[in-house]
Amino acid sequence: MKLLRAILLRLATMSVTLIGAAVVVFFVIRVVPGNPIAMMLPPGASEEDIARLTAHYGLDKTILEQFWIWLTGVFHGDFGTSISLRQPVMPLVLGRLPATLELAIFALVIAVVIGGAMALTGVRHRETRTETAIDVANGVGLSIPDFLWALILIVLFGVLMPVFHISGRISPSLDLPFVTQFYVFESIVRLRFDLWWDLLKHMFMPALALAIPLAAIISQLLKQSLKETMHLDYVTLSRTKGYSENHVILSEALPNAVLPTLTLIGVQFTFLIGGTVIIERLFSYEGLGNMAIDAVINRDLPLIQGIVIVFALLFTIINLVVDMTYALLNPRLRHA
Amino acid sequence: MSAFLTVKNLSAALHGFDQRVLRSVSFSIDTGEVLGLVGESGAGKSMIGKAILGILPSAISIIEGEILIDGQDLQKMKPADRRRFIGATAALIPQDPLTALNPSRRIEPQITSRLVDILGWSKADARVRAMELLNEVHIDNPERVMGSYPHELSGGMRQRVLIASAFAANPKLVIADEPTTALDVTVQKQILRLIRELQERHSTAMVFVTHDLGVVSKVCQRLSVLYGGKIVENSSVPDFFKGPKHAYSRALLAATPKYTDPDASLLPVDESVIEAVAAEVLAADKEWRHGR
Amino acid sequence: MLDGRGSIKRRLGARLWLSGTWLGVMALLALFAPMISPHDPLAQDLFAGRLPPFWMNGSDPAYLLGTDSLGRDVLSRLIHGARIAFSVALVAGLATAIVGSMLGLLAGYMRGWVDVLISRLVDIWMAFPPVLFAILLIAVLGTGLTSIIIAIVVIDWTRFCRVVRAEAMNQSAMDYVSSAIVAGRPRRDILWREILPNVLPTIVALLTLEMGIAVIVEAILSFVNLSISTDAPTWGGMIAEGRTSIYQAWWVLAFPLAVLFLTVLSFSQFGEGLKDRFDPVLR
Repeated sequence: MKLLRAILLRLATMSVTLIGAAVVVFFVIRVVPGNPIAMMLPPGASEEDIARLTAHYGLDKTILEQFWIWLTGVFHGDFGTSISLRQPVMPLVLGRLPATLELAIFALVIAVVIGGAMALTGVRHRETRTETAIDVANGVGLSIPDFLWALILIVLFGVLMPVFHISGRISPSLDLPFVTQFYVFESIVRLRFDLWWDLLKHMFMPALALAIPLAAIISQLLKQSLKETMHLDYVTLSRTKGYSENHVILSEALPNAVLPTLTLIGVQFTFLIGGTVIIERLFSYEGLGNMAIDAVINRDLPLIQGIVIVFALLFTIINLVVDMTYALLNPRLRHA
Repeated sequence: MSAFLTVKNLSAALHGFDQRVLRSVSFSIDTGEVLGLVGESGAGKSMIGKAILGILPSAISIIEGEILIDGQDLQKMKPADRRRFIGATAALIPQDPLTALNPSRRIEPQITSRLVDILGWSKADARVRAMELLNEVHIDNPERVMGSYPHELSGGMRQRVLIASAFAANPKLVIADEPTTALDVTVQKQILRLIRELQERHSTAMVFVTHDLGVVSKVCQRLSVLYGGKIVENSSVPDFFKGPKHAYSRALLAATPKYTDPDASLLPVDESVIEAVAAEVLAADKEWRHGR
Repeated sequence: MLDGRGSIKRRLGARLWLSGTWLGVMALLALFAPMISPHDPLAQDLFAGRLPPFWMNGSDPAYLLGTDSLGRDVLSRLIHGARIAFSVALVAGLATAIVGSMLGLLAGYMRGWVDVLISRLVDIWMAFPPVLFAILLIAVLGTGLTSIIIAIVVIDWTRFCRVVRAEAMNQSAMDYVSSAIVAGRPRRDILWREILPNVLPTIVALLTLEMGIAVIVEAILSFVNLSISTDAPTWGGMIAEGRTSIYQAWWVLAFPLAVLFLTVLSFSQFGEGLKDRFDPVLR
């Protein structure tokens, strides 16, 4: 009962947040100067044409009226029509979302692998030069944001040692048999590992740029909690049982030290997704973030709204999932 | 036959410091014998147990001396061999049952892990053995306890589990590090009786670390009194309680409540006695340094 | 143990010292840019386009770090870029710190409906991808230095608000606050004289971090071409420019990138160093 009430409460605050986000974006972008309708018509279009199209997109109504129309539409699953692309917003957004999700998840995997490995190495060789080196690496990784890492990777592995692709999602010359937008997932299902490999080679650089700061955060926090755990009595006791240091770290200390890191990863994952906006732009990766920047440049109000709401929804869902995972993994909470 | 555990001239020190925390400690224990290590807090009594088990804090290391178990010199073994050897022959009963069990694992694997992972038992055999042991430590419903998490058990129950876990692999040597200090007074007696019972049944050699001379009189055959990481007196328990030889031991005994006469007034350890024993430790240090 | 702490202290000292030196040099360059820079950062010389830096073949000693595709001196643009970067860092950083810390202090000390309102606002803000938000704001506000600074404050006040709120709540629970309340001191007085001084070290550490972030945001916005004007010598603009010609003239990208990297790193390390210095446990 307690758990159910907690979940309901969370859902309530989530919806308040989402509606708040919708209101903020809706009103901020209505102040945008520049008439989007004038931008889409050829130069020299008549006043009537502009007026007619403005009315067509409902932009002649007051802001409050527009908001009401938009909000009722949203509850029917209708997010309006993109002005620049002249298509309904929802299919456009949903078509791009998988590319961004795949990139973000790949980045998360890289961050967990690198960060986890660094933390474990640091604890295994604690109070040695190795740990100092890892501390320095963590410090640098944390201080430099993904945008700069992306540029550095472009210079290093795109130009000086061109090993990876630094543009696009997949080589344009390839025939794509895909029916969904989840290319990586679908290429595995279809056993097309040639396509899968090409996708990964395109994703690796942007994903790594997104992953480095998160890897540093994971490494730092996990190492710290592992070190604290290593002093506890049950870890010492398991040493006397004849286990190796590696075993002691992995099976006694790690399960108890991992919880705070897990919570942090959840919060940081939303920041990582936020980072995809500029990273996709840098690597010409055709995801939601790249579309968002185009939408802003084109003053495509319905599309901007749609994208922002999808991002906000994604963030709140991730936070909810993290909280629930935390409750499931902690035996003390589970039985309470 | 030589003693089962022999510690010879064992010295340990903090890294980067000349000061020793264990000062040429020597003692030995036969199979089936219980030795009490007694001293005030900070006297280094727990440190000896940790040195034997190889779990000294990373800042402290052994600088000289030998630890022989069953004739084998631990200091000469490779770290991995030493670890496995200790895991198979020795066990620790820790001080604080509240922190000595892994909070995220059920009780069963915490008792059986050594049997399965180190000694190669099958899971089923280890489970049967764990049930047996929980019976031996007088836990009424072993089935339920094995499936529980530590936080679901009381302090006394957890200490029983830890004792069961310590005796799981029939260790020839058990180190009990103040096993009753963290428990309620009412539970202390039961746990003490239990440790004694298992030690006798398995005729284990045991090092019993405690600050409580009353406990020593009930559990141990012999005792060593420590001050500042140095043994100031080795004695058999009956002799000791008849009349300790060292002034510091006498003062310590006078400061302990007697079960026979709980109303007798307690004397705090006298300043002059402390000064004398500290001077003795420093003199021994000087001699030791000279000898090197 | 003691020597371990000694080495930690030494390491912290070196960190503070190194990052401080770099920031100091950059600040001086920014301050005296017109006097120091060898060329006019805007002057084009189409006959001297894409000259390499001094150690490479075909370089011109007049252009130490080479020129970009329009023949503008990279070194002079870097020096003038420092001016813009540090102005944004200082003004935007301070403004963000003041706005965010005020709201955080209010929420953490007043509690009640003020706290609920501010916290909900923070939640809403956290639901936006910050870069997208920044680009959106610049689209609304128009390009220019002032717009960038406003955008940074509007987006990043939550960073201070969250931390300061938590810290103010911690401090409010302390005995010295209770005794001040018992002594009948007015609430505003307690907030200013008791709580703020104790939260200040946290704010200062966050401030240097925020200055690094401001430099990055400016670079990102220049990169998306929404910052000042394409001509102005901003580090971000130089990076955007350099990226279009990485294969022909890598130095146009590499130098501003390296300077940006070191500056952002120094801001954050300086902040961390200060935090440790103020931390009574480590001190």
